[in-house]
Amino acid sequence: MAVKTLEELKRIREEQIRKVKLRESGESDDQTIEILVGMATCGIAAGSREVLNEFVALITQNGIEHIKVVQVGCMGYCHSEPTVQVNMPGHEPTIYGNVDKAFVSDILEKHIKDGQILDDHVLIKTYHSAL
Amino acid sequence: MTTQRTHIMVCGGTGCVSADSLEIVEKFKGALSDAGYSDEVGVIKTGCFGFCGQGPIVKIHPDNVFYVKVSPDDVAEIVGEHIIKGRTVQRLLYQEPETQKKLPKHDEMSFYKKQYRIALRNCGLINPEDINEYIAFNGYEALGKALTEYTPDKVIEIMKASGLRGRGGGGFSTGLKWELTRKTVSDQKYVICNADEGDPGAFMDRSILEGDPHSVLEAMALAGYAIGAQEGIIYIRAEYPLAIKRLEVAIAQAREYGLLGKQIFETNFSFDIKIKLGAGAFVCGEETALIHSVEGNRGEPTKKPPYPAVEGYNRKPTVVNNVETLANVAPIILKGAEWFSSIGTEKSKGTKVFALAGKVNNVGLVEVPMGTTLREIIYDIGGGIIGGKKFKAVQTGGPSGGVITTLDLDTPIDYESLRAIGSMMGSGGMIVMDEDDCMVNIAKFYLEFTQDESCGKCTPCRLGTKRMFEILDKITKGEGTMDDITKLRTLGKTVKESALCGLGQTAPNPILSTLEYFYDEYLAHIQDKRCPAGACKALAKYKIIEEKCIGCTACARVCPVSCISGAPKQKHVIDEEKCIACGACYTACKFQAVLRP
Repeated sequence: MAVKTLEELKRIREEQIRKVKLRESGESDDQTIEILVGMATCGIAAGSREVLNEFVALITQNGIEHIKVVQVGCMGYCHSEPTVQVNMPGHEPTIYGNVDKAFVSDILEKHIKDGQILDDHVLIKTYHSAL
Repeated sequence: MTTQRTHIMVCGGTGCVSADSLEIVEKFKGALSDAGYSDEVGVIKTGCFGFCGQGPIVKIHPDNVFYVKVSPDDVAEIVGEHIIKGRTVQRLLYQEPETQKKLPKHDEMSFYKKQYRIALRNCGLINPEDINEYIAFNGYEALGKALTEYTPDKVIEIMKASGLRGRGGGGFSTGLKWELTRKTVSDQKYVICNADEGDPGAFMDRSILEGDPHSVLEAMALAGYAIGAQEGIIYIRAEYPLAIKRLEVAIAQAREYGLLGKQIFETNFSFDIKIKLGAGAFVCGEETALIHSVEGNRGEPTKKPPYPAVEGYNRKPTVVNNVETLANVAPIILKGAEWFSSIGTEKSKGTKVFALAGKVNNVGLVEVPMGTTLREIIYDIGGGIIGGKKFKAVQTGGPSGGVITTLDLDTPIDYESLRAIGSMMGSGGMIVMDEDDCMVNIAKFYLEFTQDESCGKCTPCRLGTKRMFEILDKITKGEGTMDDITKLRTLGKTVKESALCGLGQTAPNPILSTLEYFYDEYLAHIQDKRCPAGACKALAKYKIIEEKCIGCTACARVCPVSCISGAPKQKHVIDEEKCIACGACYTACKFQAVLRP
C-alpha cells in the first residue's frame, strides 16, 4: 500500500489514532486495555523481554480479552527498568518500575482485574509520561 | 562569602527582562538592605525558566516557592511576607489552568512535570516497529506538508528561523548548514545522519533510534528535499544492534508506504536511505572522519575547509546531522519556527536531551528546555544525590567537556553558558559526581579514553593525549611533582590549539577544568601523597583506630589479601605494604574503627 497524498496520510492517521488515543486521553472505542513494555536496550538488559513474554503467556493462558501488549522504546526511567505502563480506558495511565516476572501476575490480577493500584511499584500516574 | 539562608532567583531571560525583571532585581536588593537582610539573603539573576508566558518569574530557594507575573511593585510584599515572616504570598502563585488550583512549588506544575519533550516525543509512547503508530501521532505529515506546500527554500527558511542548532556538540545552526549545502551546485548531494554516539555515558541517540526511528527517517527526507539530495545514509555503530534492527524495520515499512523511494507524495522528489555500520570509533563522530569511514576509508579527519557542505561524501556536497537534531525537525516544520523559537534561551532554542548518569537517584533520559539550570536537572528531575551524599561536580560534554561545580549549579544551560564555564554541551551526557569521586582520577579516565581513541593522524593529539595521560597516571600513584602541573597546563594549551580536529582540540578540557576548579585535589595528590576522595587506590591508606577496635576480627576475616593481623579481642593492625585498598574492612567494621583515607 502506498501513501500518495497528504489526504491519504491523514486518513491513515484518523484510523490509527483510535487505536492509540488511549495513551493520550484515556479514551478507547473498543475498551481495549493496553500494556506498554519499555523495550529499549536498557529495559531489555534489565529483563523486560522476560516481562513481555510473561504478559503474553499469562494473557493467553487465562484467555483474557480486550488487552494488548505493545513494545515501546525508552520511557526515560532507566533507574527503574523494566518499566511497564498500564493504560485502562477511563483512567490515567500508571507506570510501574522494577517489574519482574512475579509482578506481572499481580498487575494482571490486582490492577487490571480489581482496579487496585500497586503502590510499591508505581513510578508515576499521569498522562505526561516524562518526569 | 558568608552562607546565605535564602536565594531569590529572578528570571533574567529575554522574555522576563522585557517585562522589567531587571528592575525587580534592583528592588529586591534595595528592600533587603533596608530590612538588614543583605547578608543572609542573596538575589540571583538566572536564565530563562522556560515559563515565559507567566513572566517575570521569581523563585525562592530553598523553600522552592515559585511566583509568577511578579511586578516591581510586588517586591516589598514578597520581602515583607515571605522573607521576613515566612508566609507565602498566595496571590502571586501559579494557578493551574485546568484545576484552578494554586501551586506553590514549581515541580507540582504540569509544565515542569512534563519536562518538555520534542525529540523524545514518541519514545515510550509508540511501538517503534509499527509505522501506523508513528503516523497516528502526526508522523510523516511534516514531510507531506513540505513536499506539497513548501519550496525547499521555504523549508530552509523555517529551519533557520527556528534557531535549531546541532545537538551533536558543536551547536552550528542546522538551517544554515542546509542552506550552505543547498547553495553548492552539484548533480548529486547526500544527507548523512550521524548516529555514532561515542561519548561515555551518553545514550540519547540510541534511545531515539530505538524508540522512534521514523522521526529520524522523516527528517532526513526533509533535509534531502531542502538541499536537493536523493540519498540518505545513517552512519551507526555496530554496537547498537537493537537500534539497527528497528531502523531496518522502519526503512522497510516507509518504503512499503511509499514514504521513502520514488516520487514521494506524487511529487518529483525521490529519496531513499541506507544504513552504514561503523566500528564504533570515537573520532568517527567528527564529520570529516565519519564521511571517510562511510566511503570505506580509514576514519581519520581532514582539515576544514572544504566543509562537507561543499565537498563531502564522494566529494559531493553533504549535510551531516546528528540524530537528536533530526528528531527535532518534523515538529518544527509542522508547528512552525515561532513555536520552536519560543522555547529556550536567547541563543539556544528548543530543548536538549540529557542522559543523566552517575551518582544521582533517578538515572535516565530527560528532555528539558534550554536554560534549565543544572540544579533543576539534578535535584528536581534527578531526585538528588544517591545516599544523600554531598554533590561535588557534574561532568558534561563527555571527554570533550569539563566539570561544573556547585558554584555554577544555577547557571542556565545553553551552548554559550556551558562554554563560558569551561565545559561544553557535547552530545548531552551528564555524569553526576559526589564526594567519593576523585577529580584527578576522573580527568585520568577521560584522557585514557581520548588517548585510546585518538586516530593518530596529527602529532599534537597522538602524543599529547598520551603524555597527558601518563602524567595524570603518575599523579594518581603519588609520584607527581609540582612541575607536572605546569607541564599539564602547557601541554593542554598546545594540544587544544594545534590538534587537527575536535577530538584533540577538546581532549585537554577535562584536565584544564579540573585544574581550575579542583586545584587543591591535585596538590593533595602531589604534596601530601593523599587522595582526599579515597578513590586512588595507590594513595589510599586504610588505618585502624586503636581506641575503637574491640578485636572482633570482622575486618581480618573479609580482607582478601590477609593483610590485617591481630588476635581476637586484641587491637588489629593493617599492613599498609600489602593493603590493596579495597575498602572491605571499612564496610565490615561495625565500630567505625577503620579509618578510610
